[in-house]
Amino acid sequence: MTSEAELSGWGRWPRYRCRVESLGVDRTGLGKAASIARGLGRSYGDSAINQQRTLTSDRLNRFISFDPDTGMLVLEAGVSIGDIIATFLPRGYFLPVTPGTKFVTVGGMIASDVHGKNHHGAGSFGDHLEWFDLLCADGNERRCSAGENSALFKATIGGMGLTGHILRAGFKLMPVETGWIEEETIPARSLEHAIELMEQNLDRTYSVAWIDCVARGDSLGRSLVYLGEHAALADLAAKQRADRYASKARRGKRVPLDFPNWALNAYSVRAFNELYYRTGLRKAGKALVGWDSYFYPLDAITEWNRIYGSRGFVQYQCALPLEQSTKGLFGLLEEITASGLGSFLAVLKRLGPQSQGGPERLLSFPLEGYTLALDFPRSDKSLALMDRLDQITLKYHGRVYLAKDSRMSQQTFEAMYGEQVDAFRRARRETGASDAFQSMQSGRLGI
Amino acid sequence: MTLATGKPVLLLGAGSDIAMAIAHVLAGQGHAIQLAGRDPDRLKADAEDLKIRHQVAVSTHRFDVLEPETFVSFFDGLDEVPHAVISAVGLMGDQDASSGDVDQLKLVIDSNFTGPALALEFAAKKLSGLDADTAIVGISSVAGDRGRKKNYVYGSAKAGFTQYLSGLRQKYHGTRLHVMTVKPGFVKTAMTEGMDLPGPLTTEPAAFAKNVVAALQAKKHVYYDLRWRALMGVIKAVPEPIFARLKF
Ligand SMILES: Cc1cc2nc3c(=O)[nH]c(=O)nc-3n(C[C@H](O)[C@H](O)[C@H](O)COP(=O)(O)OP(=O)(O)OC[C@H]3O[C@@H](n4cnc5c(N)ncnc54)[C@H](O)[C@@H]3O)c2cc1C
Ligand SMILES: NC(=O)c1ccc[n+]([C@@H]2O[C@H](COP(=O)([O-])OP(=O)(O)OC[C@H]3O[C@@H](n4cnc5c(N)ncnc54)[C@H](OP(=O)(O)O)[C@@H]3O)[C@@H](O)[C@H]2O)c1
Repeated sequence: MTSEAELSGWGRWPRYRCRVESLGVDRTGLGKAASIARGLGRSYGDSAINQQRTLTSDRLNRFISFDPDTGMLVLEAGVSIGDIIATFLPRGYFLPVTPGTKFVTVGGMIASDVHGKNHHGAGSFGDHLEWFDLLCADGNERRCSAGENSALFKATIGGMGLTGHILRAGFKLMPVETGWIEEETIPARSLEHAIELMEQNLDRTYSVAWIDCVARGDSLGRSLVYLGEHAALADLAAKQRADRYASKARRGKRVPLDFPNWALNAYSVRAFNELYYRTGLRKAGKALVGWDSYFYPLDAITEWNRIYGSRGFVQYQCALPLEQSTKGLFGLLEEITASGLGSFLAVLKRLGPQSQGGPERLLSFPLEGYTLALDFPRSDKSLALMDRLDQITLKYHGRVYLAKDSRMSQQTFEAMYGEQVDAFRRARRETGASDAFQSMQSGRLGI
Repeated sequence: MTLATGKPVLLLGAGSDIAMAIAHVLAGQGHAIQLAGRDPDRLKADAEDLKIRHQVAVSTHRFDVLEPETFVSFFDGLDEVPHAVISAVGLMGDQDASSGDVDQLKLVIDSNFTGPALALEFAAKKLSGLDADTAIVGISSVAGDRGRKKNYVYGSAKAGFTQYLSGLRQKYHGTRLHVMTVKPGFVKTAMTEGMDLPGPLTTEPAAFAKNVVAALQAKKHVYYDLRWRALMGVIKAVPEPIFARLKF
């Protein structure tokens, strides 16, 4: 039943030795020893870690029902979106919202209320969720939806596993004609240009920009903006038609071992950014791309997180409100380029309003504006830089994404999430969740 | 060998992680699946999952390997005669309890040897009557290769089962019924949960199942992972006076 393992998030720092059990098996002990649920460990930090009791959802991996007429899918919370796509894309369905990796569970997607490249038009995963069953501190399961146990519904979406264990969920898949995406790449000379392009293209289904975060001066924030639409059958040439759902698996490459810590340095990062931008300029224009390379480019390299070496890495992702976005992003990018700690790539994304059909949520990350995400190898210098980035984010009324956080202070967290924190704590106290569900992250942030 | 397209495959002890993983591979190839176990209600969720993922027919059936008197009606009661029958039934038992008590001993022997042997004997008779390529697969264990202090009741039962399958294979040689023995080493399942297994010698059920099905299609007589074959080769070669003193 129980085993021991060293666990970390995707950033491989921090790491802890933990007792690990299967989720949903022993319900009697829920109130006695605090536990936290864990999906595929694709959150970057310490949110799915509890040293005494981490409960993995790997045995909750079954589909329960599917209605092809409505697209309504019911499943256990440990099913991954890779499995969902493998099963349903060949039948003409895709996820309404997907993060940038297919190795995440539905439970993890609810707990982080994940967003995708279509957030500006489609909202986050919580906007598409009809219901879930939550195993609560008292050992009872509760069906939660907009109409039933709605307070728990709101708190759990984006609640980082801290209200209970999600066992099952129901949501609708979206019909698609093909597995191909019509991608348009537009180079942007500067940050302002990138923002201008994103604002002009709010009617497009998918949009995202990859920023060269080494370029300085007038080129600060130069980027490649990617727009995307699901291709219709009629848009496909004969070659793609023969593989309508782009299902010929890409062969994954594996990073065979930890890179030495010095492999990633200012020079290799600069060269990479330059190369990436130059290649993008050449590829500018339209192209048909398979779903796997479009949505999950990094999945092609299994365990790419080992590139950062044994010290691990940290992803900094924050969101800034629309009116403050340009100023805030400038502030962040200037601080980053000045530090010389450039990252491989920074991702910029336009977010829509927080609720787009779903309920008002308490700790959910998205807010209308822009979100910036970038990776730093962990070091004292990069941790200090991120503390400075926190101050800039705060100054512009932004917030950091809990799914990526491994280092924020309680004070910063409280300042960023404001009154929502108290509301969330109250919801936890009322259901006995404060004692029953705890992670290293909830301890660090005093949630 | 190739089983006729879409034809059903029956799994005995279907609740086992190994059996279920094999069911997924075969359902993925389009075969209908018959799941049989002591508690068919517990198989319902897996049956639905198999149906949704692979769009094949899946049925569940009650089957207890300790009730041989029910075997005839069990096989006659299936909607369609399966083209392959795979037994994953097994019980590790507690070595100390089963070596000191005749009922416990019988339970382990019957669960691993006499029960599955008789069930597959019946199945073989039924399948060989079909005008088609058919298969019997028995999951035994490397534990049957040499008796060890730690688990020789289980081990000797598996040894008996392995030999039984070998005889059954000869009996049907030259017919369209193929008999394959599977000898797993360590597979990460409910049976081995909590055990400290050596990584390089341990397989995930999904990967193991793929290999078993590939071996069946290549008409192998025994599926035995190469590393385990090598290791057990060495263990079997140790002379008895030395083996008796070993502690593992
Ligand atoms: C390459 C990459 C790209 C990414 N891109 C995006 C992106 O574009 N947008 C985005 O929003 N996120 C993105 N993420 C983050 C990722 O989507 C989230 O961290 C997600 O929560 C991970 O899911 P998981 O199953 O791995 O959960 P874990 O990392 O295991 O857990 C994350 C949180 O969910 C909770 N949890 C997990 N399962 C359950 C359950 N059954 N019940 C209750 N709580 C549960 C855990 O307690 C924890 O708090 C990305 C991550 C990676 C590695
Ligand atoms: N895992 C390994 O490392 C390993 C190694 C060597 C050999 N094996 C063999 O592989 C096979 C599958 O094992 P596993 O690892 O998947 O473990 P498992 O889950 O314990 O599988 C054993 C199966 O046998 C069934 N069973 C036990 N007694 C039964 C009875 N009286 N009637 C009907 N079914 C009965 C169990 O059914 P219930 O679900 O109803 O209990 C279960 O489905 C077993 O034969 C085992 O000996 C496994």
